[in-house]
Amino acid sequence: MRPQSFLVVGEAPLGLEAYLLVAAILFCLGLVACAARRNAVGILIGIELLLNAANLNLLAFWRFQGGAMSGPDALDGPIFAVFVIILAACEAAVALGIVINLFYNFGTVEVDNINKLRH
Amino acid sequence: MSTLNLALMIFLLPVAAFAILALAHRRLPRHGDFLANGSMGLALLASIVVFARALAAEEPILVHWTFDWVPTSAARALQGGVLVDGVTAFMLVVVTSVSFLVYLFSVGYMKDDVRYGRYYASLTLFSASMLGLVLADNLLYLFVFWELVGLSSYILIGHWFERKSAADAAVKAFITTRIGDVGMLIGMLICYWKVGSLAYVDLFAAVSGENLFNAGSDVDWQTWAGVGLFFGAMGKSAQFPFHVWLPDAMEGPTPVSALIHAATMVAAGVYLVGRLFPFFTPEAFLFIAYIGAITALFAATIATVQDDIKKVLAYSTLSQLGYMMLALGVGGYVAGLFHLTTHAFFKAGLFLGSGSVIHAMHHEQSMSKYGGLGKKLPLTAATYLVCVLAIIGCPPFSGFFSKDEILAAALAFAQERGEHWFLAFSGFVTAFLTAFYMFRQFFLTFTGRPRDAHAYEHAHESPWTMTVPLVALAILALLAGGKPGWWFEKLIPPHETARTVRAYAAYHETAGGPLAPVVVQAAERLAPTEEHAPAAGDEAHAGAHGAHGLAMTLALSLAFLGVLVAAAAYWQRRDGATYLNPALIARRLRPLHTLLWNKYYFDELYGLIFVGMTLGVMRLMAAFDRIVIDGIVNFAGLFGKISAFVSGILDNWIVDGAVNGLAGLTSLSGGGLAQTATGRVRHYLLFVALGVIALSVLLFVAI
Amino acid sequence: MEPDPQGLSGYFGPWFNATVSFWCVTLLVVASAAVAAFARSIIHAAYSLFFTLLGMAGYYVLLGSDFLAVTQVVVYIGGILVLLMFGVLLTNRSLEDLHREKRAGFLLGGAVAALLFFLVLVQIIFAASWGPREMGAIAPNTRGIGRGLLQGYVLPFEFSSITLLVCLIGAAYMARRREQ
Repeated sequence: MRPQSFLVVGEAPLGLEAYLLVAAILFCLGLVACAARRNAVGILIGIELLLNAANLNLLAFWRFQGGAMSGPDALDGPIFAVFVIILAACEAAVALGIVINLFYNFGTVEVDNINKLRH
Repeated sequence: MSTLNLALMIFLLPVAAFAILALAHRRLPRHGDFLANGSMGLALLASIVVFARALAAEEPILVHWTFDWVPTSAARALQGGVLVDGVTAFMLVVVTSVSFLVYLFSVGYMKDDVRYGRYYASLTLFSASMLGLVLADNLLYLFVFWELVGLSSYILIGHWFERKSAADAAVKAFITTRIGDVGMLIGMLICYWKVGSLAYVDLFAAVSGENLFNAGSDVDWQTWAGVGLFFGAMGKSAQFPFHVWLPDAMEGPTPVSALIHAATMVAAGVYLVGRLFPFFTPEAFLFIAYIGAITALFAATIATVQDDIKKVLAYSTLSQLGYMMLALGVGGYVAGLFHLTTHAFFKAGLFLGSGSVIHAMHHEQSMSKYGGLGKKLPLTAATYLVCVLAIIGCPPFSGFFSKDEILAAALAFAQERGEHWFLAFSGFVTAFLTAFYMFRQFFLTFTGRPRDAHAYEHAHESPWTMTVPLVALAILALLAGGKPGWWFEKLIPPHETARTVRAYAAYHETAGGPLAPVVVQAAERLAPTEEHAPAAGDEAHAGAHGAHGLAMTLALSLAFLGVLVAAAAYWQRRDGATYLNPALIARRLRPLHTLLWNKYYFDELYGLIFVGMTLGVMRLMAAFDRIVIDGIVNFAGLFGKISAFVSGILDNWIVDGAVNGLAGLTSLSGGGLAQTATGRVRHYLLFVALGVIALSVLLFVAI
Repeated sequence: MEPDPQGLSGYFGPWFNATVSFWCVTLLVVASAAVAAFARSIIHAAYSLFFTLLGMAGYYVLLGSDFLAVTQVVVYIGGILVLLMFGVLLTNRSLEDLHREKRAGFLLGGAVAALLFFLVLVQIIFAASWGPREMGAIAPNTRGIGRGLLQGYVLPFEFSSITLLVCLIGAAYMARRREQ
């Protein structure tokens, strides 16, 4: 199917692809942040970006599935996203605990300098 | 017990004794010498029984037993067998009796020897071989035992092998006889080639059939075969020029010298000639006679100047063997074999007597140290005298009869033909010399003043084990004579050699061999071909009767003359002087004396020729080996070196290069790839992303 | 989204509001995300993340999930972002550190990889047929989410609550103050 127009304002509703594209952009930015950041917290920021991109995807697909928004599984999109958020919270907590531990032990959180296990 | 069983027992008893002694003499008390003595004693008894039967027999052949030995592809297999006839019978008695007496003598003589058991084992081996030789019915078996006898002789001569001279003497004996054996083998091959068999019966049957032996060729194969076989006899019986080993063989113990080199082994050659008597052609016989005559004379001359008591006896043996060959050569079949018998007895008696003397004088063998031993060793001296009288041909001793037969035959032979006077001449001159040197020995040893007082003091008569054999032999030397071997003629009438051949022919007829028709015909034609044997037997017998008188007279007078000269030179008067001075004579005849003393330089001559030749060839071969062969090998080795070098380069550079290169590549790529394992998860994240990208591209492009 | 009968829709079409809203939010989100990814200073990154998350809440509203938008603001921004802020502030020695950060050498490589990945994603998005594209009706979510959590998705709900508990305890333990 031809994608909906992006630049035409007001004529047709914005399509699925728009949201997916944005999510893709976010995901790639998150990748870059994860890969290129030296600070441990910076990496965590990247991870958050990834997660948010995934959330956006979820909701986009939920919104544009059409017809199935009724019944017991009517809100599986948001529910899934809620779970993602919960687990993101868990993960952030644990990760930060690790980071703080790292800071205590090494005095720095620059991941390049934490290489005692490397030979 | 059947004669065959007796014959086999005679052979197998010493074999069994040998086996037991060889393997276990250390475990037996007294090293088992009683086994040897017992076996030989029993064999002696059995031999006497066989001999008695032979005397009483009607047919010449008592036993002829054959068995298939090696099945060949031809219609006939190679057969072995036992033949017992008159010749065999008396030879058995001779061998066993002398063996038994020598065994007995050895008990005393070799009492303190360090290798007593081995000695007896070798003795029994020898006796077994000799008996096997006598009992064989074909040339092949004869040859087998011939070689075994040679081996036993080698072992026994070299019994005291720590002495280099003894070891050398043993080798010399063995090799010299072997050279003769080459001729014998050639003779045997000719026989087998022409006749197709080596059995005596077949040979005799084939001899008279012209078409078998001399068919259409101008080569007289029979003569050559006969000469070849005689070469073996020359080696074994130490005829000129193979005589060099016998004097050196005296290095062995004296009983060994008595048994082997006087009575039996050296007689094997004579036995061979006698056994194959119908086989030889006149030309062969002439050759035999001349060799014998030369040997007899030649050896007797050397014996006159020898100092060692055993050497004198050795040369005497050579001389007597020459006599036997001479006798056979001129057709005196009876004379030759008869002399073999008497010689066995009296020569063994002489040797054992000398052994007794040597034993008494504590192994001093030089006669210059002897003298006056007659008082100290009366029994030895008496028996010795008996044997000496026998050997010089003094009646009524046995030697007289046999020697007389020989000289008569030789004289008759020469008279009939008007030529070959040398044969008779040699015989008579040898008789003179024999008398001379034997009495010289007797006088030097047993009479006069003792020359070595110290040894003389310690001399004593020998124990009974040594004197009894001496007495026995002396008696035999005395009694074995009689009318020309009355018992001998009873066994094999010489003029009945034709009858013998006919008997062989008849046997063949009954046996039904492929040669049967020829054989019968051959038997009738015996007269022309055997111009010497039965004709010589018949005619020579008649002629010999005439010559007998002349021969007897001549021989006796020459012997007497010899004794006289010996007495003049060596009999010491009361004041110790002799009538003739041998030392003065020796000085006057210095060149002759030196020549005789050095045995005509034969040993040196042989050493120069044969040994020198061998050494020269050896040096040549060694040089060839060193220069040529080693050169080739080294050159080939060069190729090996080069190829190894090239291969090494290949291996080191190319192969190793490949392997190392591969390893290097792996290492590099590993190192390179290892760089991705940074340990930084962020990088791994990117790798995942890259992987996903790649997969997606692939999927999309592919799809 | 319902067409808007009033406003600018009269001139630009019924979907005008939605589109404009979308584009504004998009701008906010992408810009702040870029800053969060590429900023030198970690504090700047953290702050721009705040705006990213806020923009995400806007997206959720546009997509008709009111509960999630609020949850995003309350939990994500109020909880996680604060946590991150704490982390940032607690793990830097000095103020200079906050502002000084050398770029990692992988920036270029990471950017290239991310770009490639983006291209792949784009290809996927536009090549795949995603099925029917009808937009469903918008209704308040809360009741439905509540029912869902306690009926169909009760198991994951319980699990995630236990996980949360465990993680919090673990994190608290890990990050406790040591006796120096």
